Amino acid sequence: MSRIGVFVCHCGENISRTIDVERVAAEVGKLPGVALATDYKYMCSDPGQNLLKKAIQEQKLTHVVVAACSPRMHEKTFRKAVESAGLNPFLCEMANIREHCSWVHENREEATAKAIDIVGMMVERVKKNRILPAITVPVTKRSLVIGGGIAGIQAALDIADCGHEVILVEREPSIGGHMAQLSETFPTLDCSQCIMTPKMVDVANHPMIKLYTYSEIELVEGYIGNFQVTIKKNARSVDENKCTGCGVCMAKCPQKKIPNKFDQNIGMRTAIFVPFPQAVPNTPVIDRDNCTMFKTGKCGVCQKVCGPGAVDFEQQDRLVVEAVGAIVVATGFDLYSIAEKPKGSPIKGYGEFGHGKIPDVIDGMTFERLASASGPTGGKILRPSDGREPKQIVFIQCIGSRAREKGISYCSKVCCMYTAKHTMLYHHKVHDGQAYVFFMDARTPGKSYDEFWRRSIEEEEAVYIRGMVSRLYQKGDKIVVMGSDIAVGVQVEIEADMVVLATAVQPQKGADILAQKLGISYDKYHFYSEAHAKLRPVECATAGIYLAGACQGPKDIPETVSQASAAAAKVMTLFSKDQLEREPIVARVRDANCVACFACKKVCPYGAVEEKEIRDRQGNLVKVVAYVNPGVCGGCGTCQATCPSKSVELDGYTDEQIVAMIEAL
Amino acid sequence: MHPEKQKHGFEPKIIAFVCTWCTYAGADLAGTSRMQYPSNVRVLKFPCTGRIDPVFILKAFQQGADGVLVSGCHPGDCHYIAGNFHARRRFAAFRKLLEFIGVDLHRLQFSWVSAAEGGKWVEVVTDLTEKVRAMGPMNEFKELALEEQWSGSINTPELKEAYNQI
Repeated sequence: MSRIGVFVCHCGENISRTIDVERVAAEVGKLPGVALATDYKYMCSDPGQNLLKKAIQEQKLTHVVVAACSPRMHEKTFRKAVESAGLNPFLCEMANIREHCSWVHENREEATAKAIDIVGMMVERVKKNRILPAITVPVTKRSLVIGGGIAGIQAALDIADCGHEVILVEREPSIGGHMAQLSETFPTLDCSQCIMTPKMVDVANHPMIKLYTYSEIELVEGYIGNFQVTIKKNARSVDENKCTGCGVCMAKCPQKKIPNKFDQNIGMRTAIFVPFPQAVPNTPVIDRDNCTMFKTGKCGVCQKVCGPGAVDFEQQDRLVVEAVGAIVVATGFDLYSIAEKPKGSPIKGYGEFGHGKIPDVIDGMTFERLASASGPTGGKILRPSDGREPKQIVFIQCIGSRAREKGISYCSKVCCMYTAKHTMLYHHKVHDGQAYVFFMDARTPGKSYDEFWRRSIEEEEAVYIRGMVSRLYQKGDKIVVMGSDIAVGVQVEIEADMVVLATAVQPQKGADILAQKLGISYDKYHFYSEAHAKLRPVECATAGIYLAGACQGPKDIPETVSQASAAAAKVMTLFSKDQLEREPIVARVRDANCVACFACKKVCPYGAVEEKEIRDRQGNLVKVVAYVNPGVCGGCGTCQATCPSKSVELDGYTDEQIVAMIEAL
Repeated sequence: MHPEKQKHGFEPKIIAFVCTWCTYAGADLAGTSRMQYPSNVRVLKFPCTGRIDPVFILKAFQQGADGVLVSGCHPGDCHYIAGNFHARRRFAAFRKLLEFIGVDLHRLQFSWVSAAEGGKWVEVVTDLTEKVRAMGPMNEFKELALEEQWSGSINTPELKEAYNQI
């Protein structure tokens, strides 16, 4: 016979203001099986928990219902208390009479009636609760970092420095990401390459980091502590082990006019290439779409000149499986290409600014490449159309960002600062030039950021015009920019030589597809969602997966680095134990009932259902049944609702428990 | 007290089956934001809408529910990757069956309410309550349940005694 203890919490006045807690306790006390029903001012406080523990021991309670706040708030607290009093924690349930009752209803009579129902429901449920022993799973102390930009590099280095192996996967032929593309960085104007490339080399030389470049995540299986990740190594057509990185192949390649994505397509590269000279690894890749050998079957110059014989036209994509315990996602951002309206996207294009049509209208990243000493112009600011130095340059802010009607309502956060930086770089390189900036607001929170922005105006002579551009068109070799200066209330018209658009920061293309592979959630812009916006900003809701950098939302470099180190710390926390305890809410199959239709196997999102053979003592096959691997099971219960013979049961949410609740109403 | 509330002769019983990650959290948010909605709804928490067996909906109607709400994560947001898609498919078929046997589908509502949509939860619950209130009580299934219970009623003192011993 069950001896249930019901504890009704006042929550100060939060519950007792609208609910007559004494009446709730009295009414619930009449239910069969309830041995004790009482109320207390703060159940979650130390005296409250002690009251609970004492009652369990003195009254020999078998089950406990705490009627208080949401189980999302204090279920763990009370289950721990119950456990310390010697009961299995899963014999304790919470009835949510605060968030779902006292806070949302004003009428005392109605609220009390509802509270009695809610508590009664949980009493009936808890009667059917079973002892669930904790499940422990081993932790594989290796981690996967997806994305080799500054976020991924920082996370990988931090984890590897603690002595745990890291698999770093990068889609592009080299690590470095967007930070390697930048010329100089705000607010100190130190050269991005100078601070970035040493870190890239550290990654390449680190004994605990295994680097997969030109590779993508194909499949992720498993769960916290035990993921199996299939990585697709795209065919490089160059053997990494043989290549010495001498670069003769690139010098001899006849295809020299292929736009280089790293240089925002204003610089050219060969068909066999490394994206930039400091690439890590310094192993070239053959771009099969543009290679004469792959297109016509004739050429093979690179193969002929390669001393170590590393060029291999026959190389195929390869799949590699790695076992890891934790995953850091650091896939970063992309700039919103306003020239084209992405298909199927709710985001509208910005054709009116001439991007993609007028060659001298460029985006911020292209300007970075122009200003970079390693860029296609050697650091000279030159117009892409005719190679002349622009004497009047216009920067336009918030292109795409903060424009609800265009589909993106968020602020891209870094544009105000990088535009201020651009005006300075421009002023340093073109002494007789003039920079204009059209802006809505200058947003410069951050250490030394506002000072930096002020400097661009006060010392570097940038002219800031508050207002947006209404029209922009080509006139001869000039670009006429028309806008309004709302601070003065006049129309402005500038004949510019070049226009730079601060386009919005967006997640990488395919961020949603990767999220679906990982089983993590993302917002409507495809930025990945953290478990809690304030208190768990680097963890995903999916256990064992962590976030770093701009894949979670627009971020500058210091923030990205901090988040990457935080994610690494979370991984280290996980790796600090050999065994991980997980909630025993998993599905189980009753072998006797199972008819082996495997409908459960088809619907299981985790691939946790296996086929199990039952044999008699002689080893003859009796029957085949479904088996749920408790380590892999996520505990959604889809299998149970699908099972036609009702042979699967999700512990903690059995049919018995749910029907008992419905019948209590 | 709410004078306009007392005018109603009929207070419908609404049972909501919700997933713990989105809608339950959304209802919690409605609470922490101190939004107000009719007290007719009783919430049952599931790990995922994928766990909700259509039988529970029938059971709820049998037990005297006048309206049933099923709510989970938005498509693509499922904590368990795809449970809500299975649920959606299952309930699309189940609705047809209910319609076939003559249940007014206005009594059964499916919706997606995310953890951030406390306001939407209030809206959905209020709308369903008012709709069902206007439709009046649902008796067909209750009667069925009574017929079923002919062998299970506890009407003798011995049986009552035995039940209390459980």
